[in-house]
Amino acid sequence: MTTPLLALRGLHFGFASHPVLRGVDLALYPGERLALTGANGAGKTTLLQVLVGLRHPSGGQVIAFGEERRAEADFVPVRGRVGLLFQDSDDQLFCPTVLEDVAFGPLNLGRSRDAARADAEQTLAALGLDGFAERVTHRLSAGEKRLVALATVLAMRPEVLLLDEPTNGLDEAAERRLLTHLEGLDQAMVIVSHDRRLLERLATRAVSLHEGRLVPATLHSHEHTHRHAHLHLHATGVAGDHDHGRSAPVHADHHGGE
Amino acid sequence: MQPSPLSPRGGRLLAQHDPRLLVVALVLFALVTVSLKTPTAAAVALAAALALAAAGGLPLRELLRRLAVLEGFMLVVLATLPFTVPGEAWLTFGPLTATREGLFTAVLIALKANAVVLALLGLLGGLEPAVLGHALGRLGLPEKLVHLLLLTVRQIALLDQEQRRLRQAMRARAFVPRSDRHTWISYGNLIGMLLVRSLERSRRIEAAMRCRGFQGRLYLLDSHRWRFPDTAWLVGLLPLLAGLLALDRLS
Repeated sequence: MTTPLLALRGLHFGFASHPVLRGVDLALYPGERLALTGANGAGKTTLLQVLVGLRHPSGGQVIAFGEERRAEADFVPVRGRVGLLFQDSDDQLFCPTVLEDVAFGPLNLGRSRDAARADAEQTLAALGLDGFAERVTHRLSAGEKRLVALATVLAMRPEVLLLDEPTNGLDEAAERRLLTHLEGLDQAMVIVSHDRRLLERLATRAVSLHEGRLVPATLHSHEHTHRHAHLHLHATGVAGDHDHGRSAPVHADHHGGE
Repeated sequence: MQPSPLSPRGGRLLAQHDPRLLVVALVLFALVTVSLKTPTAAAVALAAALALAAAGGLPLRELLRRLAVLEGFMLVVLATLPFTVPGEAWLTFGPLTATREGLFTAVLIALKANAVVLALLGLLGGLEPAVLGHALGRLGLPEKLVHLLLLTVRQIALLDQEQRRLRQAMRARAFVPRSDRHTWISYGNLIGMLLVRSLERSRRIEAAMRCRGFQGRLYLLDSHRWRFPDTAWLVGLLPLLAGLLALDRLS
């Protein structure tokens, strides 16, 4: 059996009066896309932060790429190989221009300026963001910010992606665009989300954080019949009381992979 | 998206040059203007600055709004200098005596200060703060200062957004500022909340930087090229400045 890329063993985090994680066991293998669900405040974000050493557990082991990681110095090489996409892209983008932000990671990994710039431009192009290099980060739309934040992570060529609510705050078009790009990536992923549609489309396995522990969860899609209204707009001047027909569209036609 | 207080609103006429040219031109112009000793030369400098401001393409309203900050200070100078510089008496108000020398100095300072600020607004007012930061960095200003400027600009925009959201939330619950205890307490809470959120955000940003392998170094990448026309403009500027100095010293 292959060794897991990332693993947690009996992990505890929190304070005596307020424990967040109470003995979490987790293993992420190459090619896996793990959905991580759980109630608000269950500790999903904390768990991702523990995996890259931004928070230090009060007990248990963090194992990354076959080695146990404890101190800050142990996590420095891990962060080059595990990319964390933050919930709020404004936290992730701090450079004045998109190009500088995307090149920041590669430069920190010791690549030359030209190589970092090439990496950045290539990553932007792969995400359909050509022409964004000189844009000012704080003037991008929410959807653009999320894609640029993903670019900053991908430019470091990580082996694992940790996505914290990747579609949060995005409109439908931006969400679709992000999903298409995520689907095309071959990295192992941990995806924290409440968005069932996203998880069903991306995830290969699901776990749920419940009372400080991880329990297996199932994501399934099943055939069902239901009634709901499909809104359509009438142009001004067109009577709204025409015959709307009785036949509903076939379920799969309008729900895609749901 | 809300317009940021830092969005450039200027025209594109000057922005097509290398921003370093604009900074260098401004520094030279300011140095020459400050050294002027005659009101005639200072008036010529002011006229040149007005032309620059017009070329900069900053809307008049915006220009006046920014100038107003300077004029408040200038009023104080104009009002006090005639009475504090010793010299030949010109006007007497009770125990106070205004001198001709004082008036001369006040007028000279007002002309020079306005000339420098107008040139500043004309040359740099239309630049994106990020572009200005890059230009300063490329001109050899300490990198730490440049990054401080750039990070500040980025965070001011976020702080401004946060502030707008909080104020909207207050207004949505029928808050109307009055000069009473309730208003001051509410504003205190607003500022406190802004500070707390900024601190939290700074921690998240630090975490994001560590995630991307931050080791205490930030990098500047831009693609401005110094082109031949920039050199030509700079060389063309020198005789004008020399002429200004000559006018000043020879008259």
